[in-house]
Amino acid sequence: MTVALSGKEVAAKLEQQFPSSIIESNKDILLVKNESLFDIISFLKTTPEFDFNYLSCITAVDYFDYFEVVYHLTSMEHNHSLVVKTRCYGRENLSVPSIASLYEGANAQEREIYDLMGISFEGHPNMKRIFLWDGFQGHPLRKDYL
Amino acid sequence: MMAIRTEPFVLNMGPVHPSTHGVYRMRLTLDGEVVVDLEPVIGYLHRGIEKLAEERTYTGVIPLTDRLDYISSMSNNLAYVLAVEKLAGIKVPERAEYLRVIIAELQRISNHLVAVGSFFNDCGAYFTPFLHMYREREKIIDLFEMVSGQRLTYNYMRIGGVSQDIPEEFLPAMDRLLEQMPRSIDELDRFLKENEILLARSKGVGILTKEKAINCSVTGPVLRASGVEWDLRKMDPYSIYDRFEFDIPTGSAGDCYDRYRVRIEEMRQSLRIIKQAVKQLPSGPVVADVPHLIRPPVGEAYAHIEAPKGELAFYLVSDNSIAPYRCHIRPTSLLNLAALRDMVIGWKIADLIIIFGSIDICLGEVDR
Amino acid sequence: MVIINLGLNNPGYLQTLPSDWPGGFWWHWLLFAVIIIAVVLVMVMAFIYMARRQIGRMQSRVGPNRTGPFGILQPIADVLKVLLKEGIMPTNADKVVYWLAPVVALVPVFVIFAVMPFTNGGMLADLNVGILYIVAISSISTIGMFMAGWGSNNKYSLISAMRVIAAVVSYEIPVLLSIAGVLLLAGSLSMNDIVLAQDIPFILLQPLGFLIFFIAGLAEISRSPFDLLEADSEIVAGFHIEYSGIKFALFYLVEYGEAFILSCLITTIFLGGWRGPVLPEWLWFIAKAVIVWFVMVWLWATLPRVRIDQMMALSWKFLLPLALINLIITAIQVLALPENSLWVMIPVNFAITAVLILLWSKLFKLGWGRVEV
Repeated sequence: MTVALSGKEVAAKLEQQFPSSIIESNKDILLVKNESLFDIISFLKTTPEFDFNYLSCITAVDYFDYFEVVYHLTSMEHNHSLVVKTRCYGRENLSVPSIASLYEGANAQEREIYDLMGISFEGHPNMKRIFLWDGFQGHPLRKDYL
Repeated sequence: MMAIRTEPFVLNMGPVHPSTHGVYRMRLTLDGEVVVDLEPVIGYLHRGIEKLAEERTYTGVIPLTDRLDYISSMSNNLAYVLAVEKLAGIKVPERAEYLRVIIAELQRISNHLVAVGSFFNDCGAYFTPFLHMYREREKIIDLFEMVSGQRLTYNYMRIGGVSQDIPEEFLPAMDRLLEQMPRSIDELDRFLKENEILLARSKGVGILTKEKAINCSVTGPVLRASGVEWDLRKMDPYSIYDRFEFDIPTGSAGDCYDRYRVRIEEMRQSLRIIKQAVKQLPSGPVVADVPHLIRPPVGEAYAHIEAPKGELAFYLVSDNSIAPYRCHIRPTSLLNLAALRDMVIGWKIADLIIIFGSIDICLGEVDR
Repeated sequence: MVIINLGLNNPGYLQTLPSDWPGGFWWHWLLFAVIIIAVVLVMVMAFIYMARRQIGRMQSRVGPNRTGPFGILQPIADVLKVLLKEGIMPTNADKVVYWLAPVVALVPVFVIFAVMPFTNGGMLADLNVGILYIVAISSISTIGMFMAGWGSNNKYSLISAMRVIAAVVSYEIPVLLSIAGVLLLAGSLSMNDIVLAQDIPFILLQPLGFLIFFIAGLAEISRSPFDLLEADSEIVAGFHIEYSGIKFALFYLVEYGEAFILSCLITTIFLGGWRGPVLPEWLWFIAKAVIVWFVMVWLWATLPRVRIDQMMALSWKFLLPLALINLIITAIQVLALPENSLWVMIPVNFAITAVLILLWSKLFKLGWGRVEV
């Protein structure tokens, strides 16, 4: 049975390495700051205790004031999973660090989020639209598009 | 010796091609016949299902999910209703759970028949294995027509159960199928397994190593053929899969031949599960008492199943209204394709087609 | 030039007509050239029909059975459909090359039938170098295919054209060497003499030669399992991708016409041609050609296709050495054995065939895994 790790426990373990990077943590999720996202996820990937070697899914949700990018990570070795979230405020010029260098599977999903939500990922090797054509104006999945 | 000057050229395997399993476009850079680079271009089937889902009721999204991986619609329905039930905390009656398992495993067999048949079509066997497998698939589709009235996009699962109970001719037909199908699969496998040309074309071709597969978020038979024992029905059992005994076939080499063998073995294991489920099928209601316009509490849920092509997951965010606030679909086939470029570079065009066919994608899921 | 005997194996029948009937050399030539072209066209359509029914049965379905009784009129319906379609030419195609390619591919197919022995001496030209003529003319079709691939201004057809040239040139050599074994036994290059020399059909005396000729012939005419030259799951119809309408019909005719040629060649060289007890000679010829076609369609329905480098490896590393060994062994046998006891060769050759094939298949790998180009 895949154990969903509690955000609070993981936050407690991450406190020494990344002080003041964790905004909020409860039973389900771990909310981190935008800037330290890459370091935290690479720490979670490489530490043998967590060993999150498999990225299930990256999503973005539009909550009007802010956009939330949700990462579902799983460890095949220990069979546990974790949900990491990060927020970006505003509607224009949104940017989140890219984890495409850690996980190849993040490549296409981050391009999709850029295409449909307008959040661009720094450090992504090929930040272009993936479903819609290059000259398309707007980002369809946002709540204020149509 | 003087070397002849050669130049790589760009070939476009366009969206319309007999072997790209849908509208998938690849811009290949070829040096003679050897593939040097591959750039995929997708989006030809993008219908905006995630946006459409925000404007329909929770029950109204179910027909939309049919059209994702249109070869195995029942599994898509199942993943979505599991997500809604997790969100709203609904308990499904026993008979519905057993029916769901039977239907999902039948869907797995049907999907793998199409996958293996198309794989042989790409190898060049001119439709003969394809048509023989489709003849077996007809029996399964007849069963699906009995329960849901449809042959391709079934719209069968409902939030809290299934839409209607099985008619009385279902179980006798199922018994006949459980008797004939193992023999048919064995017969087809016996013809195809040791074919010299198949072995020459697919053994050692398109190898995907374990680490690369996990890093690329590849799931399903492709991952298991690379040697990773990861099947959500055993690792994170959903529905009532923990009550059944079955094995997880894995390959060792991660080449096209292993993917073919894994799919054949999975068909046999699915038949095993169906036999146990039919024996234990209880009586009772087939759908829980769920309001028509369901309003789940505020929150989010992520539910994943082992669909025939890999891990299919739905991430639902609810704000207590009648429509989902956000419905995100984990695109199984898009992530399975993440490894395509590295699997193909260095091989020839003919191998590209075979490797692409062995991953078994469906463009409905890639583009959504 | 001889008249074609339309009767039983009775030399007296139809002897009343002069040998240059109806009226002089040129009318006789014209009449029988037209008859041969008509026969070839009818047989090609019959082959298409037989192939579709047979493949249908092998794929657990019925073939065409709506047009006419048992679907006999299906090839006619296909021909009409194809002829009525619009012939679209790509803008940047090389016009002369594009236009001439079907003609260059088709004419050799008909010309080869001038030396096919339909009955005893019943052919348009009883050349005493018949085999040489056939081998020489049959290579010209390949130039037509390459012209089609180049002139279409399409990268897919160019890939296919390159494959065609590479494959056909490679497989010419095993074809020639396996025929050479038969020529040693027959003692003549004339097609009719080869049939007359087959008191024991050469398939029994030359099993290895037959297998090599059959496989190499399949590769020459790009039929399955070697149909990668026009593989329609990879390069979408290959060199005739930009052809439609009548030009496409001509290429289709070339494909099945060459299959008919191969069936007739195997019948003549290995199966004993028109020889047979009761039925008329031309009927035996057609029947044996149909049996060979049945086997070819059977292979088409069941086997996947090989890759181009595996196909080349098969020709150079597998068929060529075996063909050479076959030729040497046949030469030794022809010199050593006395005239009437050629039947001794049968068990000896079968044993040698079995041993060689087993040995070679252990030593030779058909390119599993990455093969360096």
